[in-house]
Amino acid sequence: MTSPFALSSTTASEISARAVSVRIENVNLSYGDHHVLKSVNLDIRPGEFFAFLGPSGCGKTTLLRLIAGFNRADSGRVLVDDKDISALPPWKRDVGMVFQSYALWPHMTVARNVAFGLEEKHVGRAEITRRVEAALNLVGLGGLGARRPSQLSGGQQQRVALARTIVVEPKLLLLDEPLSNLDAKLRVQVRRELRELQQRLGLTTIFVTHDQEEANTVCDRIAVMNDGIIQQIGTPKELYEKPANLFVANFLGTANILAGQLVQSGADRAFETENGLRIQIAKDADIPANARLVFRPQDVALVAAGEPPGADAAQISGTVAYREFLGAMIRYGVRIGASDVIVDTPFHAGDRLHDVGTEVTLAISIRSARWLAD
Amino acid sequence: MAMTWRASQSRLSATPGQVMLALGIALFLALFLIWPTATVIWVAFTEKGSSTFTLVNFLDFVRTDLFVRSFWNSFYVSAMAVVCASVLALPLAYITSRFTFRGAVLIQTLGFLPLIMPPFVGAVAMQLFFGRNGSINLLLDDWLGFKIAFMDGLNGVIFVQAIHYFPFILINLSAGLRNIDSAMEEAAQNLGASGFRLFRRIVFPLAMPGYVAGASLVFVKVFDDLATPLLLNVKDMLAPQAYLRVTSIGITDPMGYVISVVLIVASVAAIALSALATRGTDYATVQRGGGGLARRELRPWESVLAYAVVTLILLLVLAPHAGLLLLSFATIWSFSPLPDSYTVAHYARIFGESSLYIKNTLVYASLAGLIDVVIGTAIAYLVLRTRLIGRTALDWAASAALAIPGIVLGIGYLRAFYGVQLWDGTPLATLWIVIVLALAIRRLPYALRSCYAALQQISVSLEEAAENLGATKARTVRRIVVPLMTGGILAGFVTSFATAAVELSATLMLVQSNSDAPLSYGLYVFMQSAAGRGPGAALGVIAVLLVAACTILSHIIIERGRAAAESRH
Repeated sequence: MTSPFALSSTTASEISARAVSVRIENVNLSYGDHHVLKSVNLDIRPGEFFAFLGPSGCGKTTLLRLIAGFNRADSGRVLVDDKDISALPPWKRDVGMVFQSYALWPHMTVARNVAFGLEEKHVGRAEITRRVEAALNLVGLGGLGARRPSQLSGGQQQRVALARTIVVEPKLLLLDEPLSNLDAKLRVQVRRELRELQQRLGLTTIFVTHDQEEANTVCDRIAVMNDGIIQQIGTPKELYEKPANLFVANFLGTANILAGQLVQSGADRAFETENGLRIQIAKDADIPANARLVFRPQDVALVAAGEPPGADAAQISGTVAYREFLGAMIRYGVRIGASDVIVDTPFHAGDRLHDVGTEVTLAISIRSARWLAD
Repeated sequence: MAMTWRASQSRLSATPGQVMLALGIALFLALFLIWPTATVIWVAFTEKGSSTFTLVNFLDFVRTDLFVRSFWNSFYVSAMAVVCASVLALPLAYITSRFTFRGAVLIQTLGFLPLIMPPFVGAVAMQLFFGRNGSINLLLDDWLGFKIAFMDGLNGVIFVQAIHYFPFILINLSAGLRNIDSAMEEAAQNLGASGFRLFRRIVFPLAMPGYVAGASLVFVKVFDDLATPLLLNVKDMLAPQAYLRVTSIGITDPMGYVISVVLIVASVAAIALSALATRGTDYATVQRGGGGLARRELRPWESVLAYAVVTLILLLVLAPHAGLLLLSFATIWSFSPLPDSYTVAHYARIFGESSLYIKNTLVYASLAGLIDVVIGTAIAYLVLRTRLIGRTALDWAASAALAIPGIVLGIGYLRAFYGVQLWDGTPLATLWIVIVLALAIRRLPYALRSCYAALQQISVSLEEAAENLGATKARTVRRIVVPLMTGGILAGFVTSFATAAVELSATLMLVQSNSDAPLSYGLYVFMQSAAGRGPGAALGVIAVLLVAACTILSHIIIERGRAAAESRH
């Protein structure tokens, strides 16, 4: 399948955008007793592709709707290019939003849908025709303007919704779970196209999703949200490598999280987990009270029993509790004491697998392990 | 691959029993719906006494001033009833869909209160309140020195029908508004639309199909109605003219049939219009949710206004009910705002000598309801669960009864079954069972929808599980399908029963002797004389109570069924 966006790169110049910055200042919002957004602070740079990532109910859509003007904050401000827009109604914000349901008006043709925003801005008729055509071409739907939304596939409807939003040249583009109504294969294609289009237009874009893979592949930076609080802001790599807390560690990728305690013996400090793993800690390391040991499954290796541990690894033995064949890698659950440690090992053709019940020795890379407060 | 296997499997599974069932239903519909209707049309297009095709009857129709006037009157009354009903329904729909209104329960009540009273029942009571010498005009005259002609001539029909039928518009329009995804509105706001432009460009067009569906239903109901104009003594409308021609000149006079054809054409046109309006609403984009437009709190003054509007409409809607109740207890009520004194004698009378009406009604309506649910269940099963050839034709035929006005069916029965004689020489058309059959045919479309809905909720796998465990088709239907459909079937029965109990237009044509007459007919006869108004009103109160009880019952059954269906999932 070719990318319809790529085919139409020339028409991108028809739609101009001047990138803006967005600042959320100390925003609080409640529905009755339910505190949905708790002291949210955020800075989005001009031209950035930014994601709000989190499980359902974390407040990410509420925050997006707040920027669009559909929700009103109890306190705090929303600034676009240092201008406070908190008091403006939605129709005066010049902030384009693509809805999760696409919200295409069924009583209008595709072209009329796309023309709507320009008509509301009293753009001249000839100009409207030209720009609608350009926008439809840009999303690869040239020639389908006379159709009804219900005559289009889900992917096409999504493109119409996008065209309808960007044709008015908004200052800011908001995407509310834009890929959630597409099937898996299309999703991968469209997210790549979205990224290309955003790069080409240079438009500051905020993307709401609950899918970490979507956020990681498309966005420059991500704000991970849970329970109305921004847990951490960073690039996908930063979030994965240096999660700020257990929620982020768990939500982005898979993490082994082991409870334990600090043990001081003379000048030596060590962390001992409940299931008997002991890791020496450098003198200058700063470890919070009630810390937990966190490491990724791929930072554990299976080694032959009795092999001397490397300087950089801690060893412990356990039995294989389960095994999942994932193609590129094998995932083992290794039972140590009362808990399972997840181990991912790359799979190469011809490799022998460890059977359930066999005893194995794990070497955990200390360098990549982290201690996070409970 | 799996699909074709299933398809052929299902085609084979049309058992001889199912074929017999389908043939039986086809025969029933042919005899009691298609033949009488075809007879009416045939008579309208043939020369009197012969069977040669002619348009001369229609020429007579357009050349006769009375008929042309009747046609325009019917059209005018129906159109004005739609306008007035819209005036009542629009503010209510607007209040419920745009605002969080604490009086929403009141509006829901308004949405069904008028429907439990047949319009002709309320007509007389409305005369007493709003007539030239009714309570309102007497008070107006006393205080302000003028009167308003609410009930004079066609105005009366429009007024009574609008108050009775506006819930159809309210219900359809509210449903239309509720189905609009709030994102539809937000997307427009996001692109710069607000206020009236937003309403005109997005909300109004999206709600339009619901409104048109409701409005065309009101139009056709009013256009076909016989009893209300008759009770208000308005004769120059189409349905009364058809009735008068057939009853006074005889069943051989072609004009009654010509008018019937006009009524059918109007019905079909209105139904087609409504289908056309809702067809564009193939609004199956990926929208989920719906849940209606964003609502906001009413400001204090808006709240006062909203309550004022709702109260005013509530009073209007309650007027026929209150009037009927007062009348049923009144000794004399004439030229005074309220009755002179009160008595229970009317109730004594109808439970005494006139209890026959009530007994007949219960028998007729139960039998009609029973026939409807049996046929409804059978058709639903044949259409949804078999691949029998012609099964959709059965569905169409049964639903086509919607387009046949009651009076047309009545005339058709008279004409078609008069020639059919029983062994002792009495014509079939004079037997009371014919009334039951007409009622059953009239209510079949509604019962059928109920049965469809019930069967659609049942997963096919429940039946396949039974077959897998060794049950035959017939036993599966008896042990699995019918028990699971009980709620829907019962709701269908109750609806058929309640509406059949107060049907008058077909009944009026078919009742041959007072001893065979149901309640609605008795009511009509009573209301012909001033002395009979008291007992007539008492009968009316009983009819209203009967329908109200059934409506509440069917509501409870449907709600319970829905709860059960949800807990199954």
